Amino acid sequence: MCGICGILGLEGRPADPILLKGMVSQLRHRGPDGRGMHRDGALGLGHARLSIIDVAGGYQPMSNRDGSLWITFNGEIFNYVELREELETRGHRFATKSDTEVILHLYQEHGKDCVQAMNGQWALAIWDRRERTLFLSRDRLGIRPLFYTTADETLLFASEIKALLAHPAVTPQLDLIGLDQIFTFWCMLPPRTAFRGIQELPPGHSMTVRNGAIKLERYWRLAYDGEPDAARSEESYAEELRDLLLDATRIRLRADVPVGAYLSGGIDSAVIASMARECVGGRLKTFSVAFADPEHDESPYQQEAAEWLQTEHHSVLCANADIALEFPEMIRHTETPILRTAPAPLFRLSRLVREQGYKVVLTGEGADEFLGGYDIFKEAKIRRFCATFPESRRRPLLLKRLYPYLSGLQSQSPAYLQAFFRMRPGDVNSPFFSHLPRWELTAQLKMFFSRDVREELSSYNALAEFAASLPSSYGSWHPFHQAQYLEATCLLPGYILSSQGDRAAMAHSVEGRFPFLDHRVVEFTTRVPPHLKMKALKEKYLLKKAAGERIPPAVRDRPKQPYRAPDAASFFPPGGETQPEYLQEVLSPGRIRQDGIFDAGGVEKLLEKARRGRTIGVKDNQAVVGILSAQLWMHHFMRGVNHADDYSRGHGQGIAPVRR
Amino acid sequence: MPTITAGDMAKELRQFVVDNFLFGRDRPFSDEDSLIENGLIDSTGVLELIAFLEEKYAIRIEQAEMIPDNLDSIHNLSDFVRGKRQAPA
Repeated sequence: MCGICGILGLEGRPADPILLKGMVSQLRHRGPDGRGMHRDGALGLGHARLSIIDVAGGYQPMSNRDGSLWITFNGEIFNYVELREELETRGHRFATKSDTEVILHLYQEHGKDCVQAMNGQWALAIWDRRERTLFLSRDRLGIRPLFYTTADETLLFASEIKALLAHPAVTPQLDLIGLDQIFTFWCMLPPRTAFRGIQELPPGHSMTVRNGAIKLERYWRLAYDGEPDAARSEESYAEELRDLLLDATRIRLRADVPVGAYLSGGIDSAVIASMARECVGGRLKTFSVAFADPEHDESPYQQEAAEWLQTEHHSVLCANADIALEFPEMIRHTETPILRTAPAPLFRLSRLVREQGYKVVLTGEGADEFLGGYDIFKEAKIRRFCATFPESRRRPLLLKRLYPYLSGLQSQSPAYLQAFFRMRPGDVNSPFFSHLPRWELTAQLKMFFSRDVREELSSYNALAEFAASLPSSYGSWHPFHQAQYLEATCLLPGYILSSQGDRAAMAHSVEGRFPFLDHRVVEFTTRVPPHLKMKALKEKYLLKKAAGERIPPAVRDRPKQPYRAPDAASFFPPGGETQPEYLQEVLSPGRIRQDGIFDAGGVEKLLEKARRGRTIGVKDNQAVVGILSAQLWMHHFMRGVNHADDYSRGHGQGIAPVRR
Repeated sequence: MPTITAGDMAKELRQFVVDNFLFGRDRPFSDEDSLIENGLIDSTGVLELIAFLEEKYAIRIEQAEMIPDNLDSIHNLSDFVRGKRQAPA
């Protein structure tokens, strides 16, 4: 896996080789094994390479035999073996063993529709020399990143935003609407990024650029439109899921380097590791994060899974202070403010993987979204159940079963539970019923915004923007499917696969692969009836059934624990140990006022509370992490601090006025 | 136990809510407004509030007393705490 970038003069201006080189060098961490560039008039393609498939022959940018097509590609096409066989029967001849070359031939055969045949994770650009057309594409679910912008009549694109900032006319400015979305949804809605004027190519989209005109096209969309097959048995669904997952895992083991697996202690990664072991037929190397903080630590379950699967297991211990230590560099990689520290431990984990000589790991991402694992699905189910009999005092008690790990909630009286999960008339009809409590709680963090920022955002409504993007048939879907759609199209690409996924792994040149995100698995799960995903309040029911004895019963039957890391406590140790120095700098009242995003008085009160160890609630923790990460974002990108490059900039002018 | 007027107590309670949950931003809300419905307090907020009341007013709040009727507005809080302080221990 790699980093890609490119430029195209929309008015025909020749591509600047120095700029291109500057862009590639910003992506070095993604591809330390080599770099390449190709220029053709107004077009320039760049590539930073991490060699995984066809280590000897896979150099990029790569052209076809007659040089009419050029590609720069980040990712993997896992079914390239089958696609190649098919293409060979149609007369295509191949010069390398790489999946990259297969894409070129596939494009030659099908043009932009080539992506329909591809099973994988990709961000790619193909230059069609004869047609003078540039084609960009990103995988269905947003596993691999691709950002773009235009400046100075030039289209620029890259795997990470830092490469776009190499262009002197691209000025980093915080996008306030993006900030509003983060402080609502925990992430931004595609195509928005934290940088004003810089977009991401949304998941499931391609872009064609011809004669200076940019055209975006959706080639795939998650939809729950199919009718469930009432006659089909549980066993039959479980069997198909097992077969699909096995095949998804099998093709994800294709690599010319060894492939390892993460073990989180939960069932998803254990299922994938067990299938990988079956496919490999030998000993598998597995990796985990262990937390010094017992509240977050899952190492006994990780050990249990490793022993059951007889893997060679390695783990890295993460103390609260380690999170504080890694956090600033993590934000330089996420390129966005975030409300959780959870990417930081995974950033350490990818370092361990790299030190062990591994470049590729399989993980369990996607199971919670597509097979019904998240508490938010359960919560919505209980709230809907309560809504049918609002006066019931017994029904809200079910909510206690939801969050066994939240001690604050466990000690609440039924009357309070009922009040917290209260519903207003009309809530049950909202397209966002499942997510309203989360989003409304998070949106309260906006009280920390400065007066200017609040004024700028006063007429903006993040929920209305999201509502406008929902598919036309959304209203007819089962409520469980609606909730799944919201998770899978918002938080999954916007945070889980990016800040906590690609960026945390690629910071140390490690590629994640996700069998649950094979589009055949995903499309299958859209046809599974909701009651098989979550039976009563049993989450991931079908997956557990499909997993059977593959994974240890202790792991299969344990209560669900979402992956979390210590948040405020990482920066404000309860024992009063020394806080990291950068905290004083980026959170000082002077700096807060200078940057202008937050209200200095409010932040100071929050920090006082944090120093006393009193920021214990979800909201306070999110406030601490959100404010700190936004301030670090400003620090890195507006002030160019810690950047060993040529785009350090002056102070101020960092916040863009709202523009829709 | 020193006596405290209803007005003074309401003031102290309001100060705690504003400092601790609004971080100094005195958003207008009345003494009768529900703290939950106005998004002033969440589930951990209730626990913070109880810890504050027990410490500040030297009272002990039982599980059965942790209900919105006692704790969900400045007015109810003030009545509840004053009642507790007058009750024989």
